[in-house]
Amino acid sequence: MGKWHMLTIVGEDRPGIVAGVTEALFEGGCNLGETSMIRIGGNFTIMMMADYAGSPESLKAMLKPVAESLSLRVHVDLIEGKLHSHVEPDVVVTLSGADKAGIVAKAAGALFEAGLNILHLESDVAGTDDKPIYIMHIEGVAQKGVGPLRSALDGILKEGVEASIKPIDTLYA
Amino acid sequence: MSVLKILTFPDERLKQVAEPVIDIDEKLLTFIKDLEETMRSGPGSVGIAAPQTGCLLRLAIIDVSSKPDIKSHGRLVLINPEILSWDGYAVGREGCMSVPDYTGSVIRAERIKLSAMDEAGDEQKYEMEGYEARAVQHEIDHLDGLLFLDRLVSRRGDLHKRKVYKKKGDK
Repeated sequence: MGKWHMLTIVGEDRPGIVAGVTEALFEGGCNLGETSMIRIGGNFTIMMMADYAGSPESLKAMLKPVAESLSLRVHVDLIEGKLHSHVEPDVVVTLSGADKAGIVAKAAGALFEAGLNILHLESDVAGTDDKPIYIMHIEGVAQKGVGPLRSALDGILKEGVEASIKPIDTLYA
Repeated sequence: MSVLKILTFPDERLKQVAEPVIDIDEKLLTFIKDLEETMRSGPGSVGIAAPQTGCLLRLAIIDVSSKPDIKSHGRLVLINPEILSWDGYAVGREGCMSVPDYTGSVIRAERIKLSAMDEAGDEQKYEMEGYEARAVQHEIDHLDGLLFLDRLVSRRGDLHKRKVYKKKGDK
C-alpha cells in the first residue's frame, strides 16, 4: 500500500470513459485514491491517484488497450502522495463578469499576494459566443485572514467584475 | 467520566432510528456526562448525538458558545428533541466525528423552533438561528439515522448555472 502514481487522462468526451478506465485499473491490480474527473470544453479529463506496485511504464501499458479504443491520452507520474491529509478551506471566493483576457491571472496574482492558498478552483465560460461570461469559484485558505483578500479584489472589481468573498465556517459536530 | 468510542461510517448503527428516552435516571445522567466529555474531546466539536456512541436514544448535546460572534444558548442537553418549525435555508460546510477527514456542503434551515426535555426532565422551547440551528439539525439527523453525507450538495453551492430552455418554435 502506498506506491502512488498520478494519472492524467484526457480525451474527447464520450460515454464509458470512467467505466473503461477504472475497470482496466481494477483488473490490473490498482487501488484508486482521490480523483478529479470533469468534462472541460467537450473533453473528459481525469486526474487520479492510483496505488500500484509496478512501474509507471507498466501502468501506462496496462491502460493502452482502453486508451486506444476510447482515443484517450494517458500520462503517468510516480508521486509522493498520501491519503487522509485534506486541508480544509476557510474561504470561498467567486468572481463573475464579462469574459476578459487576463481575469484569472489578475485575480490569482492579487489573491496570492494577499495570502490566499488555493485548494480548489473551477472556472467556466458561460453566456453566448458573442457575449461570454466568466465565472470562477475558488476555495482556499486565507493565510492572512479575509480582510486582505477583500482589499486585493477591490482593484479588480473596478474592471467590471463582480466578486464575493465568504468565510467558510465549517461545523464540526 | 470517560470518553466514549465514536462509531464511524459505515457502521450500521449510525443508520438506525433512535428510540425516545423514557426515564431520566442516574444511569442516563452518567451517560450524558460521558457523552459531553466525548464531545469536548473532539477537536472543535460543537455537538454530539447518543447514536454516535452506539447508544440508540434520542439524546444530543450541543454547545456552540466557543464560536465568537454568534447567538447561542450555550450548553444544551436535548432529550427527545423535536423541530417544530423551519424557516429560510442556507448552504454551509459540515464535518462529523463519525466521518473523519471529510467535509461537505449541506443545506439547512436558517431558523428553527425546537422543543426538547432538559436533564431535569422539564420541557423547553428554543428559537435558534444560523450556526446553532445548523448544529441542532445535524444532531437530530443522527437520531433519525442520517449523516450529513446523506444531504451533500455540490461544493459549488454558491453559483448555479441557469438552465436555458428553448422557446417554442426554436430549432
